[in-house]
Amino acid sequence: MSQATDLPDEVAGWIDAVRYEETGDFPVERGYIWTACASVENGNPLFWDDKAAAEITGGPIAPPSMLSTWFRPHHWAPDVEEQRLPLQVHFDLKDRLDLPEAVMSDNTMTFHEPVRPGDVLSTRQRLRSVSPEKTTKLGIGRFWVIDVEYHNQRGELVGVESWTGFGYRRDGEAS
Amino acid sequence: MKAGTVLPDLTYDVSSTTVVLGALATRDWRPQHHDYHFATERNGVRDIFLNAPNQAAWFERYVTDWTGPFGRLGRMSFRMHDSVFPGDQMRLSGKVVDVEDDGAGCRWVSLEITLSVADRTCSTCSARVAVPVDPDDNPWSRRGERWQP
Repeated sequence: MSQATDLPDEVAGWIDAVRYEETGDFPVERGYIWTACASVENGNPLFWDDKAAAEITGGPIAPPSMLSTWFRPHHWAPDVEEQRLPLQVHFDLKDRLDLPEAVMSDNTMTFHEPVRPGDVLSTRQRLRSVSPEKTTKLGIGRFWVIDVEYHNQRGELVGVESWTGFGYRRDGEAS
Repeated sequence: MKAGTVLPDLTYDVSSTTVVLGALATRDWRPQHHDYHFATERNGVRDIFLNAPNQAAWFERYVTDWTGPFGRLGRMSFRMHDSVFPGDQMRLSGKVVDVEDDGAGCRWVSLEITLSVADRTCSTCSARVAVPVDPDDNPWSRRGERWQP
């Protein structure tokens, strides 16, 4: 993706900068792992059979695709008045670039160290690129790529999610 | 295992329970995945629909059903083109597009997977999964420089 050269200084300064470092609300736990496996009828013994998990993965692990699950905020929590957004950089871009609509088009997950029950993960967001303005069937806007990096409590990288978003104005909407 | 190998199809009859269970299992509380009236009246679609993280879980299951537990996902990309609703029979189909050993001796299988409903392509996925080179190899034992997903 070509990089825009006409970005506001504030947005240009976000590119490759680490933002929104957060720790998960709760440790990785097996109840959620089993619920997730049940939801897609995934019978992989790594998640159900402790003996198989011990032999193959050195103990129980979480399905790699659950990466983002560990970071979605509780629907409610005491003393939390405003619900947090899971990909804040995306919403910052919409706001600063005055692009009221947005869609996510692509998601790439890269898996590193396995995630294990008891792990407490931390996450940080990194804006990788913002395109020049483009016209699509949705409207006029910009594409952007945001990486979400996940680490465990030992500082090991467990995964990276890369999201491609398109923020836009519908035809006829004033900027 | 070589390029061109076709994976067995997986078909599944999607119900409202499938959609709601998938949303809650991924901690996705957005109403279009559990509230029929929100989905139809606000989103303008015909029903609640499968969320993206749950689709990722379906793709993971499809891949590891084929590889067995020694298969270790390195990378997965997907793009959603259309929604999957209760009442749909979804079908996952896939094929091997490449097999290669990297510099660390890890064998990587690249897969192209399609999630479709009848003649609608709902999502497409590219997956890169490590498999054992021989009976003594275990991709899960790879760390650091020996794991290049």
